[in-house]
Amino acid sequence: MVSGLSLRDMFLEGVRPIEKLLRYVEIEDDRAIIDASELKHKEVNDLLRYVALKHVTKVDLVNVVGQRYIGTRLHIPNPSPKLEIHIQGTPGNDLGAFLDRHRIIVHGNAQDGVGNTMDDGEIVVYGRAGDVVAMSMRGGKIFIRDNVGYRTAIHMKEYVGKIPILVVGGTAQDFFGEYMAGGRVILLGLNLKEGERHKAHYIGTGMHGGIIYLRGKVEDYQLGKEVGILKLEEEDWKFVERQVEQYCNYFGANKEKIMEGNFIKLVPVSRRPYGKIYAY
Amino acid sequence: MHEKIFEKIEMEKNQTGNIEFFLGEKEMKSFMLPEFIIERSDERCIRCRVCERQCPEGTHRYDGELDMMFHAEEKCVGCQRCAVFCPTNALIVRPHPSQYRPNANWTREKLQDLKKQAETGGVILTGSGNDKPYRIYWDHLVLNASQVTNPSIDPLREPMELRTFLGRKPDSLEIKIGEDFEGVEIQSELFPNVMIETPIVFSAMSYGAISYNAFKSLAMAAKEYGTLFNTGEGGLPISLRDGYGSSAIVQVASGRFGVDPDYLNVAAAVEIKIGQGAKPGIGGHLPGEKVTEKISETRMIPEGTDALSPAPQHDIYSIEDLSMLIYALKEATNYEKPVSVKIAAVHNVAAIASGIVRAGADIVAIDGLRGGTGAAPKIIRDNVGIPIELALAAVDKRLREEGIRNKASILIAGGIRNSADVIKAIALGADAVYIGTPALVAMGCTICQKCYTGRCSWGICTQDPYLTRRLNPEIASKRLVNLLRGWSHEIKEMLGGMGINAIESLRGNRDHLRGVGLEEWELNVLGVKGAGE
Ligand code: SF4
Ligand code: SF4
Repeated sequence: MVSGLSLRDMFLEGVRPIEKLLRYVEIEDDRAIIDASELKHKEVNDLLRYVALKHVTKVDLVNVVGQRYIGTRLHIPNPSPKLEIHIQGTPGNDLGAFLDRHRIIVHGNAQDGVGNTMDDGEIVVYGRAGDVVAMSMRGGKIFIRDNVGYRTAIHMKEYVGKIPILVVGGTAQDFFGEYMAGGRVILLGLNLKEGERHKAHYIGTGMHGGIIYLRGKVEDYQLGKEVGILKLEEEDWKFVERQVEQYCNYFGANKEKIMEGNFIKLVPVSRRPYGKIYAY
Repeated sequence: MHEKIFEKIEMEKNQTGNIEFFLGEKEMKSFMLPEFIIERSDERCIRCRVCERQCPEGTHRYDGELDMMFHAEEKCVGCQRCAVFCPTNALIVRPHPSQYRPNANWTREKLQDLKKQAETGGVILTGSGNDKPYRIYWDHLVLNASQVTNPSIDPLREPMELRTFLGRKPDSLEIKIGEDFEGVEIQSELFPNVMIETPIVFSAMSYGAISYNAFKSLAMAAKEYGTLFNTGEGGLPISLRDGYGSSAIVQVASGRFGVDPDYLNVAAAVEIKIGQGAKPGIGGHLPGEKVTEKISETRMIPEGTDALSPAPQHDIYSIEDLSMLIYALKEATNYEKPVSVKIAAVHNVAAIASGIVRAGADIVAIDGLRGGTGAAPKIIRDNVGIPIELALAAVDKRLREEGIRNKASILIAGGIRNSADVIKAIALGADAVYIGTPALVAMGCTICQKCYTGRCSWGICTQDPYLTRRLNPEIASKRLVNLLRGWSHEIKEMLGGMGINAIESLRGNRDHLRGVGLEEWELNVLGVKGAGE
């Protein structure tokens, strides 16, 4: 047995020190361009951290080829910079995981785990996103222009004023909003045909907090038994309209037409869905 | 006098409706026997009513008219709080002697559980660890000592090293020695490690499962002694972050409660919780009534909402996914903290641990069959998982065989009761141990197993302010520090006896263990010889 050597580190092997990476970055005042085509996951974040500490506020991250965790390592309490990261190419899994107040704009599609346990900030995706979008998201906003995959908005949370918001232009796959504990999710279904129902089943299974606003058709059997259907109230309409407006600003859709659609509001029937199964 | 008592009792019965005769037609009389009997010496009792105030179950009651103390035994959980606090030692609380017909198959406990379920239709909950008589391997392992051929070491006179580093170690250590042998420099790349002064760490117990005062006591003791406490999955209150963050292992579990970038970055290490020994394979559930204002703030969920931790982490369905979260956490903490992965000890634990190390974990934490809990279905606590001794031996062996033992520290939990268990664990390959129940016992817990009710009379597993005030962190942390000190001394004594002066040299050194009363296969799994061999 080749001791130790048999274990390859898929993430860190061949990672270069920062001095060797500087040729991939150009900084001009508060703007920077990073060419990611030859960079490893960690190296991308090494450079993002580097430019953040150089007072850059806007970064173009180009030729991104599936690097993970973009934006994750930007928790810098002191001096607390704030970056706007424009991604060209396809970012890898866990884009903006644990994100701390920064903005990420993806000019293309995103993969799994967008905004995983994100704390604050904004992620805008000009395309579709994969599975587990906004899992355990705690704050900030995510806008996805097209569809999302399975297990979206699982266990999203909220606390007092800190309410995460997810807006999806297309439809979602199964387990949408499962175990949701807080937050607001808007699913617009813009790419569904007339009369076509949303793709997801088990919507809101185990949901015990938060609100899902769903536009378009969904059958009863697609909903988890822990959710109840309500009509939107004045407050809801205002809230949805504000988010839709922002969606349209980003992606150029027609707000009036979207708002004409059929919206329902899904809420948990209990804050304690499993309170009764135990013998004390 | 007596007549008056009878009359009084009769009236009481009427009021409490405790006797079937008085029950309405549809009500169900409980068929359960009381679990404890309370014997009160009338001669000694001075009617001070301490027991009445101490008991959160409302077992004791003073009757002013009669100037007598009464008790309702069916309420008693046997926590012994009243017996300890009774100023005249007037109380004896012991298991109730009433028995069904003795039956080795249908034990009293089985019958009681059946009746309880017939009355409620629920999943029976329990607290603390598995109390069933599975073999305790610690008690079948004996330690070595030096005699004649190599000298033992006197820890009172000679330095004895218990300091332990948790985290990944390099495959080899290259050092550069300066000219004239001055200045030695390590050339190999080192990974983040956490230093602890003794190989004993407090287990994961969340704020929510335990009270703020109990949580803070653990934090204070860990800091004072130079070891670590584990936040469990309920977050770390902001008020404790500055003072105790650097003594904390912070958990990231399926509920992701209270996980924010700051939480991850103030900690000494981050732990991904996959499973727990008391309830492998199932999630957690903090009932809404325990989610008080402060807990809701720490967990970042609305007050009164159930805090549900799903069984799996929904972004982890494979070793590759686990790897993704491990590196996400390393990214989020700037590669400055070791990342631990905690699993329950189950059948294929060695293969799973190997996968975890390959996935990039710096610490593998394994929680055994007897691990404690604040609440778990009893059927799972008592029947799922394997003993930690066997799991540990299997994991250590597997990682050695694969040549990756240095890549991760092994932390074990679930079933450590004293310093001998600690030292045996280290000889079986652990880097350090987690202790949960012993720490609770040090603070007052009597292992009554009622943690899930939220009415712990010792102020530990409760959020009721009347009860939590009973635990003073200044004093409770002193008890905990004393415990760590006492155990550490004992470990030094035992090490010295073996002729070893650093805990490092004992790690995985099975030659210092022998088995007594074990079967061949057990000796094989443990990798130890039988006594006399
Ligand atoms: S605490 Fe002891 S002395 Fe006081 S009322 Fe209870 S049994 Fe009597
Ligand atoms: S912590 Fe409290 S409730 Fe839990 S076993 Fe100990 S004494 Fe009983």
